[in-house]
Amino acid sequence: MARISGIDLPRDKRIEMGLTYIYGIGLPTAQKILERAGIDPNTRVKNLTEDEEKKLRDAIDGQVRVEGDLRREVAGHIKRLTDIGCYRGVRHRRGLPVRGQRTKTNARTRKGPKKTVGAKKKATTAPKK
Amino acid sequence: MGRSLKKGPFTADHLMEKVERLNSTREKRVIKTWSRSSTIVPQMVGHTISVHNGKIHIPVFVTENMVGHKLGEFSPTRTFKGHSGQEKSVVK
Repeated sequence: MARISGIDLPRDKRIEMGLTYIYGIGLPTAQKILERAGIDPNTRVKNLTEDEEKKLRDAIDGQVRVEGDLRREVAGHIKRLTDIGCYRGVRHRRGLPVRGQRTKTNARTRKGPKKTVGAKKKATTAPKK
Repeated sequence: MGRSLKKGPFTADHLMEKVERLNSTREKRVIKTWSRSSTIVPQMVGHTISVHNGKIHIPVFVTENMVGHKLGEFSPTRTFKGHSGQEKSVVK
């Protein structure tokens, strides 16, 4: 079982693709890592030898920021933005798009599933400030 | 596209002048400015700058983390308090 950076790689895929299951590694990064480790990108994950696995681990550790470390770094950036109270920070806080996209429609990735705002409430509620 | 490094960060001259004057006399006073597009530079850290949002000046206390941002980012131009009848949103 190939376990790299705390993630189980899918057994039947080519290692090139398998590596992309690790957070922080996409196809280009995966190819670079394989080149550095001197492994054929077409090898299936299940056919990797112990030795190759070790080489892969060496090629990733300390050179590519992956998984927890990377997530923490990103969260840190967002935290800085929210803490200084700048516009981008406010957008993160509110869960709205940060880079100026429209919000009249769409923006569902940030806003989540649609919540219908009904017009059914009548005079009982006092108008908000 | 980013700004050319050769030019350095943009900060309105009139604003820089005021900041430098406060720095040289070591006093703290609120500076009013309309220049939202000025980049925050390290000299401004510790000062309070009132940034116009189109209607009023919003005081911004500049901290080290803010260096590199524009003044306008800290002075929101829109006020949206939510729609009527909408339940109080969860986020602050």
